[in-house]
Amino acid sequence: MIAETGLLLLWLAAALAVLQALAGFAGLSRRGEYVAISPAARPLAVLQGLLCLAAFGCLIALFLRTDLSVLLVADNSHSAKPWLFKFAGAWGNHEGSMLLWLTILGLGSIGVALFERQLAPRIVSATLGAQAVLALGFYAFLLFASNPFARLSPAPPEGAGLNPLLQDPGLAFHPPTLYLGYVGLSVAFSFAVGAMLAGDANRAFARAMRPSVLIAWVFLTLGITAGSYWAYYELGWGGWWFWDPVENASLMPWLAATALLHSVSVTANRDGLRAWTIMLALVAFSMSMIGTFIVRSGLLTSVHSFAVDPTRGVFILVLLALYIGGALALFGARIGKVASGATFAPVSREGALVMNNLLLSVILAIVLIGTFYPIAAEALGYRLSVGPPYFNRAAGPIALGLVALLFVGPLLRWRRDRLARLPVIAWMMLAIAGVGAIALVVLVPRSAILPALGLALGGGLAIASLLPLTRRSLRRTPATTWAMVIAHFGVAVALIGMASNAAFTEERLIALRAGETTTVGPWQVELTAIDPVVGPNWTAIEGGLVARYDGGAPTTLHPQLRAFTTPPTETSEAALLTRWKGQLYAVLGQPTSEGRWQLRLWWKPFVTLIWLGGILIALGGALSLVARIGLLRRARHYVRQVMP
Amino acid sequence: MKRVLLWTPFALAALLLGLMLARLDAPHDETIASQWVDKPMPAFNLPPATDGIPGLAAADLATGEPHLVNIFASWCVPCRVEAPMLETLRARGVRVVGIAIRDTPKDVASFLSEYGNPYARIGSDVDSNVQIAIGSSGVPESFLVDGKGIVREQIQGVILESDVDRIVAKMKAMR
Repeated sequence: MIAETGLLLLWLAAALAVLQALAGFAGLSRRGEYVAISPAARPLAVLQGLLCLAAFGCLIALFLRTDLSVLLVADNSHSAKPWLFKFAGAWGNHEGSMLLWLTILGLGSIGVALFERQLAPRIVSATLGAQAVLALGFYAFLLFASNPFARLSPAPPEGAGLNPLLQDPGLAFHPPTLYLGYVGLSVAFSFAVGAMLAGDANRAFARAMRPSVLIAWVFLTLGITAGSYWAYYELGWGGWWFWDPVENASLMPWLAATALLHSVSVTANRDGLRAWTIMLALVAFSMSMIGTFIVRSGLLTSVHSFAVDPTRGVFILVLLALYIGGALALFGARIGKVASGATFAPVSREGALVMNNLLLSVILAIVLIGTFYPIAAEALGYRLSVGPPYFNRAAGPIALGLVALLFVGPLLRWRRDRLARLPVIAWMMLAIAGVGAIALVVLVPRSAILPALGLALGGGLAIASLLPLTRRSLRRTPATTWAMVIAHFGVAVALIGMASNAAFTEERLIALRAGETTTVGPWQVELTAIDPVVGPNWTAIEGGLVARYDGGAPTTLHPQLRAFTTPPTETSEAALLTRWKGQLYAVLGQPTSEGRWQLRLWWKPFVTLIWLGGILIALGGALSLVARIGLLRRARHYVRQVMP
Repeated sequence: MKRVLLWTPFALAALLLGLMLARLDAPHDETIASQWVDKPMPAFNLPPATDGIPGLAAADLATGEPHLVNIFASWCVPCRVEAPMLETLRARGVRVVGIAIRDTPKDVASFLSEYGNPYARIGSDVDSNVQIAIGSSGVPESFLVDGKGIVREQIQGVILESDVDRIVAKMKAMR
């Protein structure tokens, strides 16, 4: 009964989306009676979103009850699974994750319908119309090509289980977080389409778009950070970024969203870069859709391809062509109608933000080309794969240029400024970073240029990013300035972590018997025991390791070689020992013939700073969001009323 | 000019999506070509794996005659199935040499006496160093090497009866 209810709710929501689109676009008409019905788009959007949310609730209920008469549950769940994985298993598969996507799209519409009160009604209703058209395509995809509520008769006695790599608490948060990011950008996309249809993109439009961009960007940042950490500890390869197509699929929208975040601030503050902001909003969500497409189509092979399906790929590709092609055609045809905004001198805050946008766009192009070049090459008849050497060498220097820009950019004034006015300390930090990098390369043997530059620039930026806080009262500094400083400081922290990991990681691959000791970096590691252990739906061989830092107090680690029963798969569970100086990373390998066990150990100095930096960046975005939507002002107002 | 510029994003997106659609429709070639094809065998020099049969060095493969280098082990069950195919290949004029992986002279000798000996030479690779150097991931595995010591084909897994004619023809063509 729950499955049928869910399907009915989905159909109703799709029908409401049709009405929402009609009402929304009616607002663009010149005829009064059409314009009069356009306010209906708001309640329709709210209702549509709620129905979709309810349908998603039905799917979660089916998974929690392990209703095996539903095909999706039987294929992806198992009654012996811990409840968290039953719950998260609802979106650990193709159909469920598409329904999650739609649900978040619906929540985005609700947000616009309820909270956007400043913008011209024409733009709001056109935006809701665009949002409804987006949703309709995905409703069609769900209802016609991947119905999550399809029944299975007869019901099997037991489910097939969930891919063990996904049986990790991270699955509960990673996809929803990334989707909030991807789909949050759909709101910015719809605003851009709405503005082009209405022929009007002013500061109010940019201010209306900004919260959705911030929300999307914060969640994308968190999603990428969490995904990177997941790959780091779950895959047991010791790396934190693999330039895998699906990682790139999440990075590309992030790069576009980062550029958009900075350009929308120019439009909102100074009314400049109107067309560019609209373009970026279109690109950012297009990249999100292409990202979803890459995961699902089977077009690119990837460690993430647990939901591959080429036939559905065609459906999504047609949707993509309609949306991306339609929006960009609209751009070509209509952007001329949008009056160009305010101008500015090359040396100015706007100028620095344009540089930021250019560099981010170049990195985006590099990642895009690297990701799709193998497909283009295959079309031309030869085969190749593009890996880290290309991405690191091509994108690395430009990313470091972006970091160098961060030393001075945030200190510039709007509209027109002189470089000579900037505090000497900013230039000094930049010079010290440059000299430091050269010294590192020359003095430390075997050091690579990029990590050395990364360390030097990261260290310099950690100080330079705080400069916007100097020469002013910290108590009166606006929250948005704090937000910017925190985010830029986070960039420095993450960069130091990446560079330190690249430059100083030590690795040891060794076969040990119980009782034998090895060293990696400053650690002495003894293999004390190999024991079998049993979990809820797996058995494992567990290594007992005793690690001492420089002969200090012992700490135990337990890396495992896990064998899951449903479906039968072997995974390796790395053991991590975190110290403020870095992480000791241990992976248990196969037994060798003479009773030894392969061990792979890494000592990774300051590697945790990568994710700490990511969290700081997201925190900066979150603080900015809170400040922008006036939460702080409202809270202060409220406090004053309660406590006069 | 400006109008053309405004339509470039559309053109680029159309190009990208067109490419994707074209590839989605095209049949996917999932075979992974061996990286060793057309590269010389790495240098190695292995001692005899058992009494009475000489060991194997890379120099033995560059004598002008093409060789089939078979990677095997006495403890490998599929190798027992493969043994008659190697015997057939030898009888049809293919020079077969072997590399025994992590094996002992006694075990190799009893393996040969039980399943036949198609090998002109057998090198003993006690710690799998040569196996790793030539990019072999398991046993059995075979490399077709031409008279100059250049790898022309890597066959992973057991040589089947249906492969024999093709291999004989390919080895003849290499002469």
